[in-house]
Amino acid sequence: MTLRIPRRGLAQAFALIVILMIDRAVSPQFFNLHLQDGRLFGSVIDVLNRGTPVALLSLGMVLVIATGGIDLSVGAVMAIAGATAASLADTHSLPVVIASALAVGLACGLWNGILVAVLRIQPIVATLILMVAGRGIAQLITEGRIVTFTSPDLVWMGNGAVFGLPTPVAIAIGMLLLTAAVVRGTALGLLIEATGGNARASELSGVGTRAMILSVYIWCGICAALAGVIAAADIMGADANNAGLWLELDAILAVVVGGTSLFGGRFSLVLAVAGALIIQSMNTGILLSGYPPELNLLVKAVVVLAVLLAQSPRLGDIQRFTARWRRTKP
Amino acid sequence: MKASTSIAITAVVLVVGFVLCALQFPNIASTRVVANLLTDNAFLGIVAAGMIFVIISGGIDLSVGSVIGFTTVFVALAVERWGIPPLAAFALVLVLCALFGAAMGAIIHVFDLPPFIVTLAGMFLARGVSFLLSTESIPITAPIYSAVSDFAIRLPGGGRLTAIAIAMLVILVVCALLLHLTRFGANVYALGGSRAATALMGIPVGPMTIRIYMLSSVLAGLAGIVFSFYTAAGYSLSAVGVELDTIAAVVIGGTLLTGGQGSVIGTFLGVLIQGMIQTYINFDGTLSSWWTKIATGVLLFVFIALQQGLMALARRSSVKPAGAKPVGAST
Repeated sequence: MTLRIPRRGLAQAFALIVILMIDRAVSPQFFNLHLQDGRLFGSVIDVLNRGTPVALLSLGMVLVIATGGIDLSVGAVMAIAGATAASLADTHSLPVVIASALAVGLACGLWNGILVAVLRIQPIVATLILMVAGRGIAQLITEGRIVTFTSPDLVWMGNGAVFGLPTPVAIAIGMLLLTAAVVRGTALGLLIEATGGNARASELSGVGTRAMILSVYIWCGICAALAGVIAAADIMGADANNAGLWLELDAILAVVVGGTSLFGGRFSLVLAVAGALIIQSMNTGILLSGYPPELNLLVKAVVVLAVLLAQSPRLGDIQRFTARWRRTKP
Repeated sequence: MKASTSIAITAVVLVVGFVLCALQFPNIASTRVVANLLTDNAFLGIVAAGMIFVIISGGIDLSVGSVIGFTTVFVALAVERWGIPPLAAFALVLVLCALFGAAMGAIIHVFDLPPFIVTLAGMFLARGVSFLLSTESIPITAPIYSAVSDFAIRLPGGGRLTAIAIAMLVILVVCALLLHLTRFGANVYALGGSRAATALMGIPVGPMTIRIYMLSSVLAGLAGIVFSFYTAAGYSLSAVGVELDTIAAVVIGGTLLTGGQGSVIGTFLGVLIQGMIQTYINFDGTLSSWWTKIATGVLLFVFIALQQGLMALARRSSVKPAGAKPVGAST
């Protein structure tokens, strides 16, 4: 009874390990790694690599959700940023390409943030506007075509390697460290949690809730833009129709699986990324197992429900109730 | 009064938009185009009628598009492969939808989870099941399908009011009566206004939640049946993203997503506005289809901004309690 197990993160770690073990069972070479041309290859690396876009999105999304908001537009922002990067790639240098894509993401985030923080529009509706219009804007940039490019610099963003790790994975780790340093190294994380916990109380005690909300949406836009650049670099082209399609839902799922409540308040960056990895290792596992990929959605739904129910506040009530019932029973 | 204002604004936008379209393309102002508008958006109107109940009660249902996809596949398989008579297949699929909706409502209520994430899981589940049933498009050749698609009331001017358009209008009227005239409807509004207060008033919140999501799923199932009549096929990828079109229509129709306010007629007007944008772009021919999305986004923004403005006005003009300083009024 006195032994305290750190409950936070336990469920996610357990789920990730179980899923990885199942993956190992369906594909015995799952944990094999080999180095080739200065880059690691293997199923685990594949999980990390494929999981990068959602992991990046969830880094921004978790902060937004911590303030009690939600950002439905990240998939569309990915498409816009990817389209921007792809159309500039062959005529401009890499820093310019990335800077303009990130600037686009920043602008999208600013738009969402202004709608939510200044105009006080409900986050779901406010970000729905960009979600609906965003793909149209991306198609405006690509003029309805799939823009391809050959710039080796941008291709490296999707397919290169840094210290043996694929570039996207290295970028995602860098972003995780950067975000963690900014929000957890300072009081910023606490202030964001305060905003989500009780906006009015935080405002009365001097937290600039409006600035907090504005900045998390901007950060979310930037993360989405980065994910969009990586997705475009990966396929060496920008597909305004399909880039990042429905990834906003995966990102929200990752955050929720990571234990952050949609009602706002406490959040965990690492667990959100773990959530993204859980989703991706399920995807990879189903692909490796040879089951039809259609099964994917079904498994995803079941796992999400299981995690949700495990975290439900009511479950504690039910446990307490049955415990009391057992005690009172003669 | 506030509800009627927002309906009026939506109606004015629809009429002005229609007149502008008709000025540019006189052919738009014909019963033929208007009847087609109703036919093309029949399934959207039916889903929106269910969504409005959920949204007024303060929830959201993201699963409707997937439920439509599931329904079309199930009906097509049942009629074409399993040899079940169409009407029995319809009844069966509606029962399945009702169970599905009830399960979502029960999970939302019993485990106190946000509707957004529960219905998101429902969306994955329904889409996943329809993928498992079949990934290919299955044509439906049952005689009832050709009979229904041949049936139409001829309107003066050459328009054809098709069976599925009539079905939508009937369902909308029934839903409007249910929402505005029955105790169930009043309870839906109460739930959206304040859940706690509703529970204290003695309204069974749990059964209400279950029934609301059940209604939404059943109407999505009906929309799926209508969709299968519309395309004469069942396809697991049909109606992807319809939940967002529906929510957009509901918002354009003057409903607050926070709940407690909204109307069936406004939602119907919202559906028609979206259909009108699509029709205009079809008539123009040079505009690409992505302008539909941009135009819908702009409209969404305009309507939401209007609502925020109206609400701010209403707040300012409402009587302040004597002696009480409004908290946070200075911010």
